[in-house]
Amino acid sequence: MKESLGTTGLILNEPLLWEKGKKGRSGFSLPRRDVESCPLAPELTGEGPDFPDLSEVDVVRHYTRLSQWNFGVDTGMYPLGSCTMKYSPKTNETQAGRPGFTGAHPLLPAGLCQGILRMMFELELYLAEITGMDAATLQPAAGAHGELAGMLLIHGFHRKKGNKRSKIIVPDTAHGTNPASVALCGYRPVPVKSNEQGILSVEAIFDVMDDDTAGIMITNPNTLGLFEENSRKIAEVIHGRGGLVYCDGANMNAVMGVVKMGAIGVDVMHLNLHKTFSTPHGGGGPGSGPVCVKKHLEPFLPVPRVVEENGRYVLSDDYPESIGKLQAFHGSVGVIIKAYSYIRSMGPENLKKASQLAVLNANYIKERLKGVLHLAYDRPCMHECVFSDKHQIDDHITTLDMAKRLMDYGFHPPTVYFPLVVDGAIMMEPTETESKEELDQYIEALKAIVNEAKDDPNLLHGAPNKCKVKRLDETLAARKPCLAG
Amino acid sequence: MKEIDELNLPDDIRYAEDHEWARLEGNKVTVGLDDYAQDQLGDIVFVELPRVGDTFKQSEEFTTVESVKAVCECYLPVGGEIIAVNSELEESPELMNESPYDKGWMVEVNPTDPSEMESLMTNVQCLEKLKGAK
Repeated sequence: MKESLGTTGLILNEPLLWEKGKKGRSGFSLPRRDVESCPLAPELTGEGPDFPDLSEVDVVRHYTRLSQWNFGVDTGMYPLGSCTMKYSPKTNETQAGRPGFTGAHPLLPAGLCQGILRMMFELELYLAEITGMDAATLQPAAGAHGELAGMLLIHGFHRKKGNKRSKIIVPDTAHGTNPASVALCGYRPVPVKSNEQGILSVEAIFDVMDDDTAGIMITNPNTLGLFEENSRKIAEVIHGRGGLVYCDGANMNAVMGVVKMGAIGVDVMHLNLHKTFSTPHGGGGPGSGPVCVKKHLEPFLPVPRVVEENGRYVLSDDYPESIGKLQAFHGSVGVIIKAYSYIRSMGPENLKKASQLAVLNANYIKERLKGVLHLAYDRPCMHECVFSDKHQIDDHITTLDMAKRLMDYGFHPPTVYFPLVVDGAIMMEPTETESKEELDQYIEALKAIVNEAKDDPNLLHGAPNKCKVKRLDETLAARKPCLAG
Repeated sequence: MKEIDELNLPDDIRYAEDHEWARLEGNKVTVGLDDYAQDQLGDIVFVELPRVGDTFKQSEEFTTVESVKAVCECYLPVGGEIIAVNSELEESPELMNESPYDKGWMVEVNPTDPSEMESLMTNVQCLEKLKGAK
């Protein structure tokens, strides 16, 4: 293989800010006082908060050093399955940093923030168009918040009809947050197993669907990276008994511009702007989980909604059937702007191409590695592929060992031990933003690791060997957590 | 992980399908997770125990166990009332890995119907099932 990306370099230790500095040191100077001194009210005096005394250079070096311990999408490939760690284009930051956006207070009257309202109004239209749905809300703060919103919408729909239904079907290939959102909304999750092809069968759904079931939550593409080919027929079964279909759209990056979810029976779904629409995540910024609905669920969307009246944009609470507010204000607006920037930069054709390349990249990795690692389901995948450590069991090498060793080669490890339906799962999602050269280097690294597993297993057991922090004791961390500095 | 013939499956207890074990002594059944389950789960880091006085039917979920790999539900091998829980596990869940049949016991049950013990597997049957599954 080419020279490994992973090398060693000088990384500096850095204490906590409270362990740095010296009493009286400061990062700024106040101008000379030119007014009479005036005593403060007693409730405003006393001991201040415990802030360290630091100069500017103390603070800059502190954060610069910490940033050098870090690994992110700006550093290298980050194939964390199920997370869509695509590159976040810098133009998104430029747009979100415009003073008209950053200076807007959420309580501004509509007449003074037409730009932001128009951006939100248009983004809802775009997301509805991309998913083939009819309307959207931008309020949910993250994917799981979107799921809860979706459950509340389903509940609102049934309540209006006078239905008292208590269950929601959740397949074993759904995201783990799905049954939690179901339970949080007061429904009982009913588990269903996927078939030997890793997807749902119509029969399995037919067997559990009844008049006490409010609907189903399908993650599509599912957590095995497979498209739920029977979705339309499953939706017919659910609708036939008066239920609704929720789609967890966290994996939408595989099918933008390819599948119209609204046309295959989905009534309500969420999107993760921080995955599919390139806004930063994983410590890089809050998430955002807009929810898209078909017409019959629109009356229940959260308020306030942005509406257009004679070319002006206003916020309206005039939706008597609404499930109410999900946020103090209007969602993670800074994130919403970045997604808007991404969609406008890409345009419809390039969004579709992004999905096609994401699927191509995942299939390329799957084909090149399938003789090397055990492939869980040997069939075309969507935007991610799932391997396991089955071939390495005799070498006493586990998924965790291989994932840790990958860091030494300069890559972020893939998702491990998820999805749960595959023992020792290794789930890789390259995304469309990695070039073929990058993918090839990643594949070569994994091949080298599989060879090391046979020839020098200690290299893997001790990995990572080149990182600032070596193998962590995850068991001790979980048993005796240290939750304060 | 252990090979099947490395597993410790004592003959004085009975085994459920999901690898809970049950030991009948007088009118009391002690319950824990067997060697296979603790080995498959890996390092156990948290155990959520039921309350004394709770009652469960046979095969009803009575607790969840969390390891570094997964969270799994445990099902009571014989129905009855919980008369004692091993509160040592709250501070030292590793006992379930280190001593699955002794210090790592989970609960004691006053069985509603002690004959439910007969529906559980012997160590020989449990071993055969594991070999069959392999």
